[in-house]
Amino acid sequence: MFEQFFFYIFATVAIVSAICVISVRNPVHSAVFLIVCLLQVAAIFVLLRSPFLAAAQVFIYVGAVMVLFLFAVMVLDMGKAHWKEHLHGQSAPAAVLAGILFILLGYMALKGRMTAPLGTYNEAALVKNTEVVGRALFTKYIFPFEVVSVILLLALVGAIALVMREKRP
Amino acid sequence: MTLTHYLILSFILFGIGVAGVLVRRNVIVVLMSLELIFNSVNISLAAFSYYLQSLNGTVFVILSITVAAAEVAIGLAILVAVYRTRKAVNVDELDEMKG
Amino acid sequence: MPIETLNVNLLSILPMALVAILALSMLVLDFFLKKGDKGAIGYLSIIGLLIVLPIASNAIEGAPAFGGMVIADAFSAFFNCIFILAAVFALYLSVDYLKRINSETGEYYYIVLFAVAGMMVMSSANDLIALYVGIELMALSFYVLTAFRVRDTKSSEGGLKYFVLGALSSGILLYGISFTYGFSGTTNISDIARLAGGAGANNTFMLLGVVLTAAGFAFKIAAFPFHVWAPDAYEGAPTPVTALISIGSKAASFAVFLRVFIVAFPAFQSHWWKLLWALSAATMLYGSVVAIPQKNIIRMLAYSSIAHAGVILIGIVALNGAGAAGVMYYLLVYAFMNMGAFAIVMYLGRVRGNGEYVSDYAGMSSRHPVIAFLMALFLLSLAGIPPTGGFMAKFFILSAAIKARYYWLAAIGVVSTAISLFFYARVVFYMYMKDAEGDSPAPAGRPALAYDVVIYITAAMTMLLGLYPAPFMEIAIKAVEPLIR
Repeated sequence: MFEQFFFYIFATVAIVSAICVISVRNPVHSAVFLIVCLLQVAAIFVLLRSPFLAAAQVFIYVGAVMVLFLFAVMVLDMGKAHWKEHLHGQSAPAAVLAGILFILLGYMALKGRMTAPLGTYNEAALVKNTEVVGRALFTKYIFPFEVVSVILLLALVGAIALVMREKRP
Repeated sequence: MTLTHYLILSFILFGIGVAGVLVRRNVIVVLMSLELIFNSVNISLAAFSYYLQSLNGTVFVILSITVAAAEVAIGLAILVAVYRTRKAVNVDELDEMKG
Repeated sequence: MPIETLNVNLLSILPMALVAILALSMLVLDFFLKKGDKGAIGYLSIIGLLIVLPIASNAIEGAPAFGGMVIADAFSAFFNCIFILAAVFALYLSVDYLKRINSETGEYYYIVLFAVAGMMVMSSANDLIALYVGIELMALSFYVLTAFRVRDTKSSEGGLKYFVLGALSSGILLYGISFTYGFSGTTNISDIARLAGGAGANNTFMLLGVVLTAAGFAFKIAAFPFHVWAPDAYEGAPTPVTALISIGSKAASFAVFLRVFIVAFPAFQSHWWKLLWALSAATMLYGSVVAIPQKNIIRMLAYSSIAHAGVILIGIVALNGAGAAGVMYYLLVYAFMNMGAFAIVMYLGRVRGNGEYVSDYAGMSSRHPVIAFLMALFLLSLAGIPPTGGFMAKFFILSAAIKARYYWLAAIGVVSTAISLFFYARVVFYMYMKDAEGDSPAPAGRPALAYDVVIYITAAMTMLLGLYPAPFMEIAIKAVEPLIR
């Protein structure tokens, strides 16, 4: 009962702020609304008994990614001229397409039923969520984990290669 | 609380994200809409993980959050490169190539 | 999970680990080299990849390793060889190309190596998690490489379009993966097939998973409604990178496409064959028709690569051993013939300072008779004329479709091949029948050895694969046998 109440609060705020992200004119306001939305998603993770995910969401998304976005908005120095953005010429067909996709997805997602056998990640394991996840990351999932570390290195090198080169003569 | 609640929330956010990518012209807002899409996917993965009682989904969310961070770094770097040569941040000003 | 059941087997990740180590050591070496010597990194990367090549072709270990995340089978070894060969050719051409556009940097070479490592992760992924991180490693490398010519507006613009649409497709793919996971409770590709079937085959979660995953892959192979990024990214990227994207990225995406659809989803074939049938037919026809009016040869090759993706998709729709092996053979031939065509485009850019437009090829037969002949060979092979490799590849794919009774799809394949003859033959016509207009620009210096080496090797392989396909096809058939049930 309590849980449901909180779920509806988080979900409503997330959806409203997501709509604001794509509808306000000023990109800085968009970024702030996105932060609100991402924080609600972190709260949803807590409702799903995954405090570790919630912490990662806050640290990585809200802490790092959004700061990067705000930096980019400032570096690119979008003056007021850029705020007066009109919608695309193709916005009507695009919106219709998105609407059809939306209805189709919703219909199918509602009709689906879980048929798979349940696993062992049950309430007892959820109590030690962080420990269990950490153990799994360094045993069964060590291979994708290492690949992701290479991706992070690549992002570092790639971003520097693209942005810093202009300074050289 | 059922799985369906979380899935509905997830597909609403997914729809908003796709609409943002298709409708907005400002590239930064397009990148933010992409973040909305990744978050909606993360919600559905975490919800499946909880209701299926399987760990894969949770681990997948952690990896996908990290990959999304790397993706944003690259995307903004490309955007800065475009801005330096074109002084443009709107999608329909990018019309150098046609055909 | 106890460590014993993980099957920690270094052999199964050896090729990609070696490529990643090579990339890291090049990264360190980059600090110690002066600005003019960066080409050394390119040559060292080529030598390193050539050392990895025999290791990759022999690293075959049937069982999934690392907790079921990776599997090093004959299928992945075949694709790893394609990736390494394509990367070696592209790197060899890059050394001279980067010098010409005056942006020699070390980063370029090891980002190419990271892309190769990503493709190898994709080809041997046995789990949707590993598959996703592999796709992202490859795709992020290509976004950076596409935007690499920072002074050229086309390059960064193409990179941005590629990035936005690529990230959107990753999101869609990830959503599809999440529904597949929700249906089957696992992300392991071989376990999904075990849990699927029976009453589950009509579950809408699974249907959503299949449709969204197919859409995500269709973006990566540039199939028709999802192809928008391809021409712009191809035109904007440095030309060796364009060649690598059109060969490596396509081959890697088809590798995961094949593995996911024939290992994990065969129980849902009654659902997805119509979808892929339509995708394949639309892609073939669209690619060949839109290529006809193109004036820029790289854009023409981009649309031709879209048409080729449609033809290769036939092999997946057929869902039999011959079709899957045909896909592998086609990608092998495509690697050589497309690389050869791009090498000649770069060669002309080097010796004549043009070569970007189809009209630049006028009168080439009198000025560069050998190169003109080889260009004609590559183009006819791309069009699928015997006795070249392109013909055999098309033949294998279409006969697999007929064997699986997809007569209409095979017929559309033949029609699109006929249409595509128009634009390939137009370039040949310009080279042999037309005289050059005006003075030919002064030669811009002796071209590097790299062009000759790459052009001759790819031409020889294109002919070899056309005249003597049996041993290569046998390897491909053996490689797909364990995948098909």
